[in-house]
Amino acid sequence: MAARVDALFFFLVGVSAFFAALICIVIVAFVIKYRRRSDDEWPDEVHGGMWLEVMWTVIPLGLTLVIFFWGAKLYFVSRHAPPNSLEVTVVAKQWMWKVQHPEGASEINELHVPVGQPIKLMMISQDVIHDFAVPAFRLKQDVLPGRYTTVWFEATKPGEYHLFCDQYCGAQHSGMVGRIVVLPQPQYETWLNSNSVAAPAMTSGETLSRKLGCDTCHGARATGRAPSLVGLFGKPVKLQDGRWVTADESYLRESILNPQAQVVAGYQPIMPPFKGRISEEEMAALVGYIKSLSREEGELAQK
Amino acid sequence: MNAQPLEQRQHYLNVSYGFKSWLLTTDHKRIAWLYLISVTFFFFVGGVFATLLRLELLTPQGDLVQAETYNKLFTMHGITMIFFFLIPSIPAVLGNFLVPMMIGARDLAFPRLNLASWYIYIIGGLFTLAAAAAGGVDTGWTFYTPYSSIYSNSNVALTVVGIFITGFSSILTGLNFVVTIHKMRAPGMTWFRLPLFIWAHYATSIIMILGTPVIAITLVLVALERLLHLGIFDPALGGDPLLFQHMFWFYSHPAVYIMILPAMGVESELITCFARKRAFGYSFIAASSVAIAVIGFLVWGHHMFVSGQSVYAGMVFSLLSFLVAIPSAIKVFNWTATLYKGSISLEAPMLYALGFIGLFTIGGLTGLFLATLGVDMHVHDTYFVIAHFHYIMVGGAVMGYMGGIHFWWPKMTGRLYPKALAKLAAITIFLGFNLTFFPQFVLGYLGMPRRYHVYPPEFQVLNVMSTAGASVLAVGYVLPLLYLIWSLRYGEVAGMNPWKATGLEWQTPSPPPTDNFEETPVVTREPYDYPAQKPQAIFPQGAAEHV
Repeated sequence: MAARVDALFFFLVGVSAFFAALICIVIVAFVIKYRRRSDDEWPDEVHGGMWLEVMWTVIPLGLTLVIFFWGAKLYFVSRHAPPNSLEVTVVAKQWMWKVQHPEGASEINELHVPVGQPIKLMMISQDVIHDFAVPAFRLKQDVLPGRYTTVWFEATKPGEYHLFCDQYCGAQHSGMVGRIVVLPQPQYETWLNSNSVAAPAMTSGETLSRKLGCDTCHGARATGRAPSLVGLFGKPVKLQDGRWVTADESYLRESILNPQAQVVAGYQPIMPPFKGRISEEEMAALVGYIKSLSREEGELAQK
Repeated sequence: MNAQPLEQRQHYLNVSYGFKSWLLTTDHKRIAWLYLISVTFFFFVGGVFATLLRLELLTPQGDLVQAETYNKLFTMHGITMIFFFLIPSIPAVLGNFLVPMMIGARDLAFPRLNLASWYIYIIGGLFTLAAAAAGGVDTGWTFYTPYSSIYSNSNVALTVVGIFITGFSSILTGLNFVVTIHKMRAPGMTWFRLPLFIWAHYATSIIMILGTPVIAITLVLVALERLLHLGIFDPALGGDPLLFQHMFWFYSHPAVYIMILPAMGVESELITCFARKRAFGYSFIAASSVAIAVIGFLVWGHHMFVSGQSVYAGMVFSLLSFLVAIPSAIKVFNWTATLYKGSISLEAPMLYALGFIGLFTIGGLTGLFLATLGVDMHVHDTYFVIAHFHYIMVGGAVMGYMGGIHFWWPKMTGRLYPKALAKLAAITIFLGFNLTFFPQFVLGYLGMPRRYHVYPPEFQVLNVMSTAGASVLAVGYVLPLLYLIWSLRYGEVAGMNPWKATGLEWQTPSPPPTDNFEETPVVTREPYDYPAQKPQAIFPQGAAEHV
């Protein structure tokens, strides 16, 4: 991705240098050639040229359209993670980055990733807006409170890279920095094994759902008081008011925190709100668990 | 050089004396002076903040000021320069002085409202200065929520009240210009005989009237959420933080055009006068001002490509942003073509005008980088953005303002400044500016984030270059302050039309009488009719029958 962004960047540098040089050379040439030699010098009339006006409207317009499509394509790719991405949760707060790997490892202000593997980040902030920026990967995405944003990358070279918060977030904004450590696959496995102190997100999410009592109503043995969570993720859901929404991460999050906001059609609004009762990390674990229920279902269907 | 008397004749400056005669004046020319003094004050206040920022950034560590102080400094630098210098600078100083004179009117349509605008501006300024004195504000000039509305511990409410109040000054000035340009043009001054300065101010006024209320509403909402915890922008209260960004940039992107369009208007006057040519493509330049004002309202989302806005919204805003670049390109090409076969004189105002074309071109071209989705996701919120908007705002708007001040100074004061010194200052500003801001493009590409108090050591060399440039720039700005003040008393008497320009403002004495013209001029020709002067003596746009 970095190489593709750079190709476009330097194409733009080339276009800009050409036009800046053109304007500059023409101005200097005119200023020298047509310098005023006496104060009573009054030049002859020059009539404007319609073809000139058309030319310098149409050429820049065509050029900018090319740049637009090229840039839009790159942007589109950068906002859509490949399906085989490894999903990592990032929780930002004043002034640190908290990272939760699906296998259970967690870290602060560091992100260890394997080389050559697409990584998709599910990001959320606990307070103000932050921005996850890795200049070496030509990557940047704001991290919002109350809503998940995502971005993905695939590191191609092992090494350490800067991680910056690029959205001003208060006093220690410039201290909200960290590093991305890209490791070859074997070293990454080693790192992961020696750092996975907690249970994997899927398991910890399941434990949590039992502890909070989610499976009492939503679980496999539930009696129809609430919609099943199996196979829910990514599916369209019909709401009480007739609207359809997609059960994505942000929908699941809102329905846990504030269940009355978007009630599924055919069910009573009886679920208590969990707002203020679970942290963003626990939320990420729960959402991860619900997502895993869809993956399992998919695997069963394939068999 | 001895003081040469200008006192034989009565003019707007000597018609009455004393504070009261200035503070209660309804003469647009005197109100222009009130604004000139106030915006100059704010410019140097903003400059002091900038100096401290650049000194802090000389080293990677945070060693000069604390993080909190640094954050307040860049916030107040932005607020002071944008709301209290750049937005009022050209319209309220030069526009106030020149809009009536250029169209052959005796004053603006609503002279008392004009004075009220200045008082509103001053009251807003006092609120903001009070906020600074009470400990400052640390949200950045962009006031992003929920940081500004909930988390910041600084004087946000006081500051936004100041900006809210000042907004009314903009709205009233814009209203005054629109009515004046519609209703008070001299006989024969048709729309297509208007100087391009007027077209630019007309377009600017439209944006002021339509855009400013939105920023006022937005800031009130921030204050309400902050003071009463109404859930508007903070998701914890049920609000949406991106809603703020949409509302803020709906005004603040067009506000960039409020700052640059008047400078483009000045540019058209300077290039034609010092090349002695008609404006090449007059109607294209005029129409592109209006096009910028209209399309400028539809591009705000390009500030939000990495904010979490939808991918498709990003694409629409990117495309529209490329479209708004075209009218600016048309202007640059037409100004350059105006020089062709001209008689070019490199007086100080012309040096600023040529510098403007170069710097604005670089500012505009780097704007294309930021409009390009795939590139913006790398350089957004880095020093690349800082460099880009300083090329537009300082390289464009301030160069235009300085060029305009040097061009019309003899009209405003009746005296000329030392020309060699003025050229030296113009060149110093040009060089200092480039040394300050060009390295920041490189810093941005390398990834240095904006608003960083401490930064990784590999960025130091470029930061040192930038700070060195800022010192040169500071010298360049202090010089004109000194020699212009000096010239008020000791400058050479300018006469009615020292540059042999064609605008109506040059066909009345310098300084003009209170009523601008002894007799209402009748306009008989197009603006910038320099070629027609060949066989005859100097006569401005409508002066054939009168001088």
